Amino acid sequence: MSPVTRTRRDGTSRPARHRAVQLPAVVVLTLVWLALWGSVAPLYVLGGVLVAVGTCLVFPLPPVDLAARVRPLLLLALLGRFLVDVVRASVQVSRVVLTRGHVRNAVVAVDLESSSDFVLTLVAAMLSLVPGSVVVEARRSTHTLYLHVLDVPDAEAAEAFRRSALELEQRVLAALPPRASEEVVA
Amino acid sequence: MTWTVALDVAAAACLLTGALLALIAAIGVLRMPDLLSRMHAATKPQVLGTVLVVLGVGLGLRDPSTVALLALVVVLQMTTSVVSSHLIGRASFRAGQVRHDLLVVDELSEVLDHEEPRGAP
Repeated sequence: MSPVTRTRRDGTSRPARHRAVQLPAVVVLTLVWLALWGSVAPLYVLGGVLVAVGTCLVFPLPPVDLAARVRPLLLLALLGRFLVDVVRASVQVSRVVLTRGHVRNAVVAVDLESSSDFVLTLVAAMLSLVPGSVVVEARRSTHTLYLHVLDVPDAEAAEAFRRSALELEQRVLAALPPRASEEVVA
Repeated sequence: MTWTVALDVAAAACLLTGALLALIAAIGVLRMPDLLSRMHAATKPQVLGTVLVVLGVGLGLRDPSTVALLALVVVLQMTTSVVSSHLIGRASFRAGQVRHDLLVVDELSEVLDHEEPRGAP
């Protein structure tokens, strides 16, 4: 991640600081705490918030640049398609495992359109769980994912996989459209 | 057939299917020819298997206070298996643990051969 810098009054520059305690992280960590206790009594909520703030202070992370808007219907469609793909992935891998010992694979480079780190991460994570692909390498500088694809008989099938990966990115972008400024950069 | 019986049957079906997928994942890890193919076997059927086992446990327990905990198991399983498979794949590729004879297309080795080794991606 390229560091954002701030210029001091005397002209020298320093890396910009970000707040260690961020609201989304605190909310998620509190929810995890409540899930672990299985109760939403006020004392548990208070304890969860304290633990969450403490965790954020001990392990500070840069803020995640999330998508600006959410289109709920398209997000639901994305999730539904994703669940279907997870089941298809398991069936496909099971079939390959049980019927054939010898498979042909491919390592395919996929250049993503979007320049957002969030989209890169999300697409990489989803591609790892859908049919036939494991992310081998991710380039943040060029927004390229290198995927190991299982059971690819020829170059044409590799090309077809590349198209399906880009279609997945388009679905992610449609469900979580980035800010206008990012689209200009892309 | 009452609701409890129906839920118990569904729970048993989920548990059995999940266990079967975990078995297939284990067979896959043994049978696949190289590390990267094994990562496929280790991530996909195993993730769905865990989800089904958790679903079966949830249907069997029928206790609302455990639902959040079980959902947490699924979410953590899905996020961590992705990260671990990526890191193992990346490390194996850089360490040369790749069976090039099994690859039809290889667009990463071309790139890696022409660049200076560096730490950060």
